[in-house]
Amino acid sequence: MSDAAIAVAVARMLRDGEVCFVGVGLPSLAAMLAQRSLAPNLYLVYESGVLGTRPPQLPLSVADPGLAGTAQTLVPVPEMFNYWLQGGHVDVGLLGAAQVDRFGNVNSTVVGDGYDRPRVRLPGAGGAPEIASAAGRVVIMVRQSVRSFVSAVDFVTTAGQRVGDTTRRDLGFPGRGPVAVVTDIGIYEPDPDDGELVLVALQPGRSVEEARAATGWDLRVAPEPRRLLPPTASEQAVLTALEGSPAP
Amino acid sequence: MARFAPLAEAVGELVHDGDIVALEGFSHLVPFAAGHELLRQGRRDLTLVRMVPDLIADQLIGLGRVRRLVFSWAGNPGVGSLHRFRDAVEHGWPRPIELEEHTHAGMANRYVAGASGLPCMLMRGYAGTDLPPHTDGVRFVSCPFTGESLAAVSALRPDVAIIHAQRADRAGNVQLWGIVGVQKEAVLAARRALVTVDRVVDALEPRPGEVVLPSWAVTTISEAPGGAWPTYGQDDSVRDDAFYREWDAIARDRDRFTNWMVEHVGVAA
Repeated sequence: MSDAAIAVAVARMLRDGEVCFVGVGLPSLAAMLAQRSLAPNLYLVYESGVLGTRPPQLPLSVADPGLAGTAQTLVPVPEMFNYWLQGGHVDVGLLGAAQVDRFGNVNSTVVGDGYDRPRVRLPGAGGAPEIASAAGRVVIMVRQSVRSFVSAVDFVTTAGQRVGDTTRRDLGFPGRGPVAVVTDIGIYEPDPDDGELVLVALQPGRSVEEARAATGWDLRVAPEPRRLLPPTASEQAVLTALEGSPAP
Repeated sequence: MARFAPLAEAVGELVHDGDIVALEGFSHLVPFAAGHELLRQGRRDLTLVRMVPDLIADQLIGLGRVRRLVFSWAGNPGVGSLHRFRDAVEHGWPRPIELEEHTHAGMANRYVAGASGLPCMLMRGYAGTDLPPHTDGVRFVSCPFTGESLAAVSALRPDVAIIHAQRADRAGNVQLWGIVGVQKEAVLAARRALVTVDRVVDALEPRPGEVVLPSWAVTTISEAPGGAWPTYGQDDSVRDDAFYREWDAIARDRDRFTNWMVEHVGVAA
């Protein structure tokens, strides 16, 4: 149920009526839960050119017929990225990540030393770099372990709060970038001064010690991390329905 | 004007060894039938251009037909890795593959540049990422009006673009609808365009959000009913999600993959 805990925490961060850029997997689970609980008018957009969708079940791909069939409108992919995202119309982007570092930089390209002959080749950037720079804010969702939560990513696919000594401001990004990294252990927010992630909340039943043990750097912890509430009965009912009916 | 031809003849005429071939379709209307014909005709040393290389790219790469891949996201959507792609990059099997890797926004704009007859497009992107030193076709420039640093991405000009559409009429006008991706841009950016269609009809029925390519913008049309399977054509066919999951097991193992390709597509390595 760790994915469910991540989805619940993220769904509660989404505000009714805002425009939310989503991908498949965990981001879709969180966004659909929000649509069916606290944010019924959450406006979902997918990189395939889907605007204003209300998926009937968890989509397997960004071109799932359930996304296209319930969309307010479908637009070509260049228009999606240039007008709707780069044009500044997206309030919040949800990004899944294989590897994230202490400044919220995401790696979805290669694991291991070399780009040319990596140990593990990941799928690549997709829409993430431009979502992370242009959306008003970004929430990153990751299953936390020392392998996924690292001091510095092997490859910066998507810039977070700071890359080396270069800040988002230096890079001219309009959006606020990752305002939260949500894991199955807790919620991490960037320190306003230097952008380093700080543990600010714990998932139900998880501890600061567990968070430290699953973090690849010397973790900063807020004075009194909040305790997240477990899923409510109605959130649980939505999750059960969504997870029980993935796309056929 | 577009010419009608059987798929085997069309691929034989339009695609040559060593060509830059764009296969487009954003997980919808993916031209699988045409991709399989490329395999059957033994086309090789291809530069494959595809924003989202999914199963058709895995098949072409796994049989060693792709010399260079130009892309922005290479995975099995909703399932996980493309194992043949990974094997080629991680172990050079069955041959090493060159990568030219971009973001979705970058690839989309590269097609727009090609379709617009421009050498490049400007966008906000790639900043702060490790991509630029590893990829051709991205430079940072100053805006002549504001001085802002912007990414310039170079135009894509494929030798041939291949797409699948729902309909063509008998005069060779092509119609697609639903998720239309970058297909119009790919066709207009390319020197030649091959379109497979589910059905040829007397007259096109207007559809919401349709893209219509006039007959003179297309080189050759081949009828290929269900030619997008296992993806789908909106209002024509259903996406075969189960096959995407099955592919994970097929592609994970070199021998199983090779046997599957012989048995189901009729091609050997």
